[in-house]
Amino acid sequence: MKLRRIAATVALHTLLVAAAALTLFPLVWMVGVSLMPTGEAMSLPPRLLPSSPTLEHYRTLLERLDLLRYLLASATVALGATLFSVTFNSMAGYALAKLRFAGRQRLERVLLAALVVPGQIGMLPLFLLLREMGLVNTYWGVLVPSMAGIFGIFLVRQYALTIPDALLDAARVDGAGELRIFYSIALPLCRPILVTLAVATFMGAWNDFLWPLIVLTDDRLYTLPVALAGLFGEHVQDPELMMAGAVVTVLPVMLVFLALQRYYIAGMTSGSLKG
Amino acid sequence: MRTRSAAALLLLAPALCLIGLFFFVPMVASLLLSLTDFDIYAVADRSALRFVGLRNYSALLGDSLFWNALRNTLYFVVVGGPLSIAVSLGAALAVHARGVRLKGLFRTVFFLPVTTTIVAVAVVWRYLYHPRFGLLNYALAGVGIGPIDWLGDPDWAMPSIIAMAVWKNFGFNMIVFLAGLQSIPERLYEAASLDGAGRWRQFVHVTLPTLAPTTLFVTLLTAIGYFQLFAEPYVMTQGGPAGSTRSVVLLMYEEGFRWWNIGMAAAVAFVLFAILLGVMLLQAALRRMLSARNETQDADASVGREAARPTQEPA
Repeated sequence: MKLRRIAATVALHTLLVAAAALTLFPLVWMVGVSLMPTGEAMSLPPRLLPSSPTLEHYRTLLERLDLLRYLLASATVALGATLFSVTFNSMAGYALAKLRFAGRQRLERVLLAALVVPGQIGMLPLFLLLREMGLVNTYWGVLVPSMAGIFGIFLVRQYALTIPDALLDAARVDGAGELRIFYSIALPLCRPILVTLAVATFMGAWNDFLWPLIVLTDDRLYTLPVALAGLFGEHVQDPELMMAGAVVTVLPVMLVFLALQRYYIAGMTSGSLKG
Repeated sequence: MRTRSAAALLLLAPALCLIGLFFFVPMVASLLLSLTDFDIYAVADRSALRFVGLRNYSALLGDSLFWNALRNTLYFVVVGGPLSIAVSLGAALAVHARGVRLKGLFRTVFFLPVTTTIVAVAVVWRYLYHPRFGLLNYALAGVGIGPIDWLGDPDWAMPSIIAMAVWKNFGFNMIVFLAGLQSIPERLYEAASLDGAGRWRQFVHVTLPTLAPTTLFVTLLTAIGYFQLFAEPYVMTQGGPAGSTRSVVLLMYEEGFRWWNIGMAAAVAFVLFAILLGVMLLQAALRRMLSARNETQDADASVGREAARPTQEPA
């Protein structure tokens, strides 16, 4: 019996390690090819690792293909979206959770019903609207749809519900104003979920493709994913260069996730299930 | 109390204004636009705009391009969705299993593809799928399977995109399943094992039923996400070969932003909306059925023990 148990555990671990290797493989290979000298990825038999690692493709991206500009564009958009979404969604989420006002339940019902409606549906009129406002081809235009969102509001709301009312009432008795209570009592208590929201927004904004592709028509303003898709059209025959571009596009988000994953996973799983 | 209402208004205003102006207004406008012939001339001169009733919709229903896009999207949803969910559940069960070491590490590794940018991994996978130099064909040649033109063959293009999507997405649903598994009380397993149920029967009679609401939730999210297929075919195949990977959103993008048939593109968007609405209603109905069943089961189990049960919290 005990032997069987050990055998099962060994088999399970073998399976897990194999699955992990399979999952990591495309990412490891991406890094490997990005370091190969030109032409090495298109040879038979295919190589997994570079014969003599080189950074020449990263240099080409930086010096000839304006990589830094796209990197800055992506950082601007992702950080901007994160800043606005954490600010506006935390304000709204707290108000829904902790302040009584007329029409609150109806408002919650409307927002909940719209929670699962994808933004793609209104994309064309949104584009025309931004065109009227002169925001097409600007980073504001890219930012606008992610500055506040129903998902973010409810993520904060669910968390803020756990703040004891007694704490807020005590502050009221002490004469603190509502905005002050929000700012100096509720916000610090909500910090874990705000980190979750920040990571989720950063990831979403950095990785978004369709919307910046539509709003940004000037290729000097492109974010990394849009620039990468454009480069790919011209440099399909240059896998080493494209892989280097892919590494640069993927790496920042991955690092943010690895640094903050504890908050991100805890927040996403608690919030998403109670919806 | 008055100050609290005022504060609530103040705190809600920015988010609600943004969501109203940039989400709800475009949504309604989209419906209205789909009833017009808004095209490239109307972009320049609004007086060229005409109301055409349901003509866009009838044109759409008679268009083989649209049916083709719908069929491709359904293929992606119906094959890719369950496959994704099965892999997610398998990974969650394996990571959660008793006696597994380094759970956190495995969880992180399986989640990594979720953090990647779809454009970047589409580039990577396109090279993996390369008919001549790709690693996939090289590995298959090792076991005697001839070269397959993964993205160039209309029969293989969509399965190839599905394989990549499963790889990229399964980590997200896995953490949702893991949260569901962790919330199953240990005493349920103890009771089942006292009744003589082995590992497999515990899985079928305890794990699966308790995970049902999680599974339903995951299914809804996955279906909604997968109906919006866009970046994968845009980068990897441009909708080809022979239109075999052109999705509904890709069609909308082409109609709207390549040909500027905005009225038509809005109609495509609304057909997608109607489909998603149907999916959501179906999920809501299933969820009601599920909770009704659980209630009767609970009631059976607790007959005579509990006189007054607390009212169920609204779903």
